[in-house]
Amino acid sequence: MDLIFDWFRVLYQETGINLPFLYDEYDRNRMVDGFLTTIRLSLVCLFFSVIIGVIGAWLQGSGFKWTRRIVNGYIQLFRNTPPLVQLYFFYFAIGTLLPRVENDWGGQSPILGSFAWAAISLSFFAGAFNVEIFRSGIEAVPRSTVEAAEALGFSKLQIYRDITLPLAFRVVLPALNNNLVNLVKTTTLAYAIAVPEMLYEANQIWSDNVNVTEMMIFLLLAYFVLVGVLVGAMNRWERAMKIPGYG
Amino acid sequence: MSWTPADPMVSLKDVHKSFGDLKVLNGVSLDVMKGDVICIIGPSGSGKSTLIRCVNALNDIQQGSILVEGLEVNDPKLDKLELRKKVGMVFQQYNLFPHKTALQNVMMAPVRVLKQDKAKAEATARALIKKVRLEGKEDAFPGELSGGQQQRVAIARSLAMQPDVILFDEVTAALDPETVGEVLQTIKELAEEGMTCILVTHEMAFAREVADHIYFTDRGVIVEHGPPATFFTNAQDPRTKEFLSQIL
Repeated sequence: MDLIFDWFRVLYQETGINLPFLYDEYDRNRMVDGFLTTIRLSLVCLFFSVIIGVIGAWLQGSGFKWTRRIVNGYIQLFRNTPPLVQLYFFYFAIGTLLPRVENDWGGQSPILGSFAWAAISLSFFAGAFNVEIFRSGIEAVPRSTVEAAEALGFSKLQIYRDITLPLAFRVVLPALNNNLVNLVKTTTLAYAIAVPEMLYEANQIWSDNVNVTEMMIFLLLAYFVLVGVLVGAMNRWERAMKIPGYG
Repeated sequence: MSWTPADPMVSLKDVHKSFGDLKVLNGVSLDVMKGDVICIIGPSGSGKSTLIRCVNALNDIQQGSILVEGLEVNDPKLDKLELRKKVGMVFQQYNLFPHKTALQNVMMAPVRVLKQDKAKAEATARALIKKVRLEGKEDAFPGELSGGQQQRVAIARSLAMQPDVILFDEVTAALDPETVGEVLQTIKELAEEGMTCILVTHEMAFAREVADHIYFTDRGVIVEHGPPATFFTNAQDPRTKEFLSQIL
């Protein structure tokens, strides 16, 4: 390993191509931390945005006018405003309204840090699209299939969980994939509130080393690979979920 | 008022049903005794399907009474689960759960709705699949089965809930002519075992063979009814005569 790291140091000395996050341990740790933070933020947002989508679509189909209105209002608000503005709104507007707590050094710090706000904000942002995606899938489940379950005595919740959702899920997977890919890319916005994710750490490195070109190329490739892995996994999942003789 | 087997198992009295301005049922009354097999026939749009869909509350009614073993279906406080344990239903388009295998389709409701033990439900389901002569197809998905096979799985699925009466809604109408026979054979065996059956059908030969009683509906009313022997040969009402002359 050290051999490889040294090779990049030589590469810099010989050619001027500077990739300090490979040969310098301090920069390497920054880059690894940034990469892991991006992964963590992505996974947290993927999880909660899908949960929001499932629950939102369920509430949208409810008989109560007000739950439908609230869900629709939420979708409009988050779909029709820029995600960066949403992030600032959560972090600077709501964040500063919340009480502060005493930290380990006796100072005052916000109850939620920038990572938590980024996770909340981006989950709601992607969740709004997921509600619409799941709703379209639910509408694609034939009424007659639901009726068959009703006739067998299934309750509404059982029908949603056992019949509607599994069928809707298969219909919406391609659309869901798209939205989740977008979500992973949008995690770079967390840079704006100083979440130490990949873009933020890369910025730290290029500020110290003045190697902007190299870092930009690296970032582009890193996201390309990261999203490529996600897309590959989702495609495998899509194939695994395929029902013989259906759709 | 408690129900006894001497009372009609299903009893409709003056049932009215409309979709918006369209009146579909205009005062239908009929009684089905335990073990009876009745066939409802009539031209398209005469309300046959709506009639049996009202019996298990898939459609609600505006006026009248439907009693299933003494349970009033036209009651806002109706316990639908209680009703649907008594009444099974088989649909024209089979309506199997496409993401579940034949076996899972059959055992799902007993496990989920009746909270049966999984092993017990599976044993029952396998026996039922054998009964409808689909042994070896337990692990096939609906999309891998022919229409007739799917419909027999649907019958097994309905039987797994051990209903007291089964509603058959034009169950052979979507099938290829050569697979109609296998489904009718399954229904005939059920009828012979004493299952109470209410069928909406266009299969006149079948109706004549298995039915204890035939009801002819037109424009939301029962025009004429009787046992098959007299109904088919000795119809009185001109509308019945005209219908029979077209299809026989």
